[in-house]
Amino acid sequence: MLNYVIRRILIAIPVLFGVTIINFIIMRMAPGSPIDMLVSPKLPAAAIEAKKVELGLNSPVYVQYYHWLKNLVLHGDLGYSMITYESVTKMIWSHMGPTVLLMGTSLILGVAIAIPLGVLSATRQYSKLDYTAMTGSFLGISVPSFFLGLGLIYIFSLQLHWLPSSGMTVLGGSGGVVDVLRHMILPVIVLTASVAGRNVRYVRSSMLEIMGQEYLRTARAKGLREFLVVNRHAMRNALIPIVTVLGMEIPILFGGAVVIEQIFSWPGIGQLTLSSIMSRDYSTIMGLNLVAAFVVILANLLTDVLYALVDPRIKYSYQGAAKS
Amino acid sequence: MNLFKRYFIRRSEPAVGTDLVWTERDGSSKGMFFIRFKRHKLAVAGVFALCVIALCAVLAPFITAYAPTTVTDSFGEGPSWKHPLGTDLVGRDMLSRLIYAARVSLAVGIGAVAISAAIGTVLGLISGYVGGWIDGIIMRITDIFMSFPYIMLILVVSSIVGPGLLNIILILGVLGWPGVARLVRGNVLSIKQMDYVKASVVLGFRMPRILFQHILPNTVAPILIYATSGVALAILDEAALSFLGLGVQPPTPSWGNMLASAQSLTVLLSQSWLWLPPGVLIIITVLSINFIGDALRDTLDPKNNK
Repeated sequence: MLNYVIRRILIAIPVLFGVTIINFIIMRMAPGSPIDMLVSPKLPAAAIEAKKVELGLNSPVYVQYYHWLKNLVLHGDLGYSMITYESVTKMIWSHMGPTVLLMGTSLILGVAIAIPLGVLSATRQYSKLDYTAMTGSFLGISVPSFFLGLGLIYIFSLQLHWLPSSGMTVLGGSGGVVDVLRHMILPVIVLTASVAGRNVRYVRSSMLEIMGQEYLRTARAKGLREFLVVNRHAMRNALIPIVTVLGMEIPILFGGAVVIEQIFSWPGIGQLTLSSIMSRDYSTIMGLNLVAAFVVILANLLTDVLYALVDPRIKYSYQGAAKS
Repeated sequence: MNLFKRYFIRRSEPAVGTDLVWTERDGSSKGMFFIRFKRHKLAVAGVFALCVIALCAVLAPFITAYAPTTVTDSFGEGPSWKHPLGTDLVGRDMLSRLIYAARVSLAVGIGAVAISAAIGTVLGLISGYVGGWIDGIIMRITDIFMSFPYIMLILVVSSIVGPGLLNIILILGVLGWPGVARLVRGNVLSIKQMDYVKASVVLGFRMPRILFQHILPNTVAPILIYATSGVALAILDEAALSFLGLGVQPPTPSWGNMLASAQSLTVLLSQSWLWLPPGVLIIITVLSINFIGDALRDTLDPKNNK
């Protein structure tokens, strides 16, 4: 097991490295030099030149990359925003909480809906419930999240006045758990709909595949109750591939957060991303991209390890490969 | 299309002089394909809806009463006989803009997927067939691309190269290939073990011939299925980008940027004709494509012989 985990980490390292290189290349491709932001155009050319030398902008690109990477690895320093001059690391950190709250809740709720619904529609294939669930899942993946968000705001905020349409707390209010929860409901519904929509179909098809296996016939033949056949024998195996699919949800949720947070004015990573793109704050954008990529790689690593834990076949096949 | 045809015909034509161990089911594979496909009522409806939308998009100049950028004398007014779906805040006819916007969505969907499928297929074929360190490098590159959250990467790149229809197609196309590459590589790895591929190697065929004439036709079906859902995703991505103001830019109509006006709560509350129709059209288009994709998955699956 340890062997497998180490191998998996070793594979992740060059990927992480590549991510930083691509990130750096994109940052270099961005129009305008950071120097234009830092000094006033009235300064004499010699002073600008001196500032460039001081910031290391005259050295070759690979040297710049090396310094940038060194700062990142040793100090966790992503540089400073070109617009607000705040530390990018701090900015990202302060926006992380709301996004994690939103994404985490939606992911948990989405899975909590998708797994039972997928299993039920697989066990009752072609029933009314199956058709309803499948239609719902198609709608979940086909309705643009921003349109669903607008529709919900229209119904629940503007027509019924039940829920607030934007922000995380009432302005000037005391905040508090209930307040945040009320603001969370609509964005969480939108994200949950897409998570559940995507995963119901995966769970269902994975379950259907398992239901045709011989060992389920054996389980039934020895007189096991259907409930146990489904829950003990079929579901456990059907849910293994779902672990990987869940790992793939993380980048999709990150992307979805950008749109959803914009519509609901949710003060998270997505809004920070969009506002820094609008103001062309490249150092912040790159920091965000890097953090997001890091989270995704970490999530992939975790799902792979988890996969090996729940499915012993993976572990053994790796051990076999290592010996041969 | 040629590949598509070959994929179905070669399964129905037994080589001359061989004894058939079992007889083919009634009719050709092509006939079977349509019979199976027709069983999916929703997919048939999807094909119909898409045909209508595509026809409108192609014939846009002939069926619209106004050019998409013509400013009329009514501003932000509701549906009337003169403007069946009202006018937008600048005074342009909504129905004409909706029809022209269909061009944008379909162009983005098909263009982007064509690019990413082409890149992904070639890289996947090479990666799977050649193997070794080339495979390792290509797969690590796909890993790197897949590590960035897709939408975020698109947003960043589009903010650098600038918005616009052609750029959106290029960005979505160039960033969308890793999924296809992985899929094709996986298929090639198993097809590579088949006897007919080994035979081609023994016969001394060159690699391009083996790759494109012997292996590719046998992995067209999964690529086609993947591409179908890719078209739906590309249309959704374009809509989201344009909605955020980073996609197709305003004088050119796109369903996404038409929805952007609904970000103002007054428009959302009292001028529903400005945001409801483009949203509904996106849903209909994407839903149709997804239904078709699902039906293709069912009908093209060789294991499925119902």
